Amino acid sequence: MNPIVSFKDVRKSFGSTEVLKGINLDVHQGDVVALIGRSGSGKSTALRCVNGLEKISSGTLDVCGYQLHESNVDQRELRLRVGIVFQSYNLFPHLTVRQNIALAPVKVRRLGRAQANALADHVLDQVGLRARADAYPHQLSGGQQQRVAIARSLAMEPVVMLFDEVTSALDPELTGEVLRVMERLARDWMTMLVVTHEMAFAQSVAKKVVFVNDGVIWETGTGVMLKEPQTAELQVFVGNGL
Amino acid sequence: MILNLTDAQLGYMLKGALATIELSGAGAVGGALIGLPIALLLVSGGRVSRVVCRAYVHAFQGIPLPVAMFVVYFGIGIFGFDVLPLIAASLALAVNAGAYLGDIWRGSILAVPGTQWEAAESLALSYAQKMINVILPQALRISIPPTVGFVVALIKNTSYAVVIGMAELTYSSRIVNNTTFEPFVIFSLAAAIYFLICFPVSRLSARLERSGFGSRKFSRKEPSV
Repeated sequence: MNPIVSFKDVRKSFGSTEVLKGINLDVHQGDVVALIGRSGSGKSTALRCVNGLEKISSGTLDVCGYQLHESNVDQRELRLRVGIVFQSYNLFPHLTVRQNIALAPVKVRRLGRAQANALADHVLDQVGLRARADAYPHQLSGGQQQRVAIARSLAMEPVVMLFDEVTSALDPELTGEVLRVMERLARDWMTMLVVTHEMAFAQSVAKKVVFVNDGVIWETGTGVMLKEPQTAELQVFVGNGL
Repeated sequence: MILNLTDAQLGYMLKGALATIELSGAGAVGGALIGLPIALLLVSGGRVSRVVCRAYVHAFQGIPLPVAMFVVYFGIGIFGFDVLPLIAASLALAVNAGAYLGDIWRGSILAVPGTQWEAAESLALSYAQKMINVILPQALRISIPPTVGFVVALIKNTSYAVVIGMAELTYSSRIVNNTTFEPFVIFSLAAAIYFLICFPVSRLSARLERSGFGSRKFSRKEPSV
């Protein structure tokens, strides 16, 4: 089976600073891949390349059959298939929870208003927030806002979902409620790429853990690798991280 | 008789006030029609349109309004057209306001956090969908105080139309004063009328900000991380 996301020697520079120095990674249907590593190691940049928010400098990147190294990629078609959830939620503050979720299904997928609202209620059920559909984002806790952001992305029925440090702004209790939603998605075979500092999540939920260090994939394995690091760098990172 | 003015004199001043309101309306609406496309092109236009719009903004921000009024009034005259002072003054005001509003709204659009643009793009919204549904509603709220402030300034700037002989409030006050010779009374009355026109507009800003749209709740920052 072809991978859904395939990095081959992907490099990315911002000006003269090379952030990704040759990333090779395949993500298959139903995989949950955790990208871990120091801040500045390039893991978020790698993730943002997958939905075209960053353009790669060289190498090849195939996402759902779209060749992102080529210049004529239809970004909107790509983004219909790749959902992303951000660290700072990025809900639209002037819209209610339901409007946040229904906006893209109505405008982009051309669903009728009633159908889109039903879809919004459905995905809100999945994240346990149907009762807050008429609230504005500022009326919700951080954890609730992040769950709405996940629901908003789910409503587009993506093939793969990207999570960019989605719990980094939350306290442990709120982190827990967001991680539980993500665990449920993983159980339902959603294909997920997760940049995270939650080692326990990486260890128990991810099928594959990828340690990114200085712009390259330093070590790859299953959750066990966090207990038995093969490289000194991962040992130091896990030692500091746990 | 109020303030020793005859009904005719008072009526003439009020007619001038009406012309001031008309001129303000024409200038503001015309300025908005010019300013919005300028703001959008400055934010997301191609290289050429950005350069052209920036040149427009700099040019008309750098020309004093009375001079612009002279140029428009006599400029059109050169081509053999007779132009009403109201039309010439409206045109000059609109062109001037377009430069300022274009820049104010450009700033308001860019003040919407980049993360909102990314979130909209990540949901596969087109450029128009993103602007109409996500960016402009938030930019509108940001733009309320500077826009209202500018419109109040524009109302007062209509008094420059006196230089091309348009019978707005300042002009009509001067005419009345020429017969009464009570400049303190006449111009105090004119000042009061200007205030009565401007004050409700100033209040509008506060009202808009308190009403749903400009409400503080939308300006609350997402948690800094």
